[in-house]
Amino acid sequence: MIRVTQETFDPGAEFNAFQAAHTEAGAMVSFTGIVRSSRHDPISALILECYPELAENELAAIRDDAIARFSLIDAAIVHRHGRLVPGETIMMVMTLAPHRQAAFDGAQFLMDYLKTGAPFWKQEETAAGLRWVEARPEDDDARARWAR
Amino acid sequence: MKVLYFAWLRERLNRPSDEVSPPPEVVTLADLVTWLRARDEILDHAMENPAIFKLSRDARIVPWDTPIAGAREIAILPPMTGG
Repeated sequence: MIRVTQETFDPGAEFNAFQAAHTEAGAMVSFTGIVRSSRHDPISALILECYPELAENELAAIRDDAIARFSLIDAAIVHRHGRLVPGETIMMVMTLAPHRQAAFDGAQFLMDYLKTGAPFWKQEETAAGLRWVEARPEDDDARARWAR
Repeated sequence: MKVLYFAWLRERLNRPSDEVSPPPEVVTLADLVTWLRARDEILDHAMENPAIFKLSRDARIVPWDTPIAGAREIAILPPMTGG
């Protein structure tokens, strides 16, 4: 399942529905990304710009790649765009596998790829105005370690 | 064909897209970028470091040497910050 949406979603409900759909899995891993604000550099919101058609295509390709690489039973990605306030869920990945290692690796792989390979751009809303979040070289490095 | 711009590139250009009809010598996406930059000083400046950008053709990310023939929608994508 791939979903690119402006709507808020309930990670717990997504988790339960995804797990319930597959009885042959022995392991499930989920990762949830959350909007954060820090005490020394507070933000009032995170605004995610998106190219939805491309995002759906790229996320589906990344998901299919993860399933093939780690022999997953299934994998799912939900990613929001629009204006989100601190504490809101930005995105979620879930993997199901017969055993735990594949489920962990698949989730890590999905996260490392979608940080730099899915068309979303974050902008922080602060008291001083809006500022684009810069791409981090560590995210490119994290993705590169999966190259083959 | 339509060319889409995103994030800070869209802001700097002050528009989300252009409708263009490139001449026949513009064969690949890389040619298209060169051609677009030559006709727009702001775009030329914004793409000073072209290696940071990815390109898409009809909503799939593709290499810069991909042909543009038959494309409906090209996008120029600044470094992505999802997740």
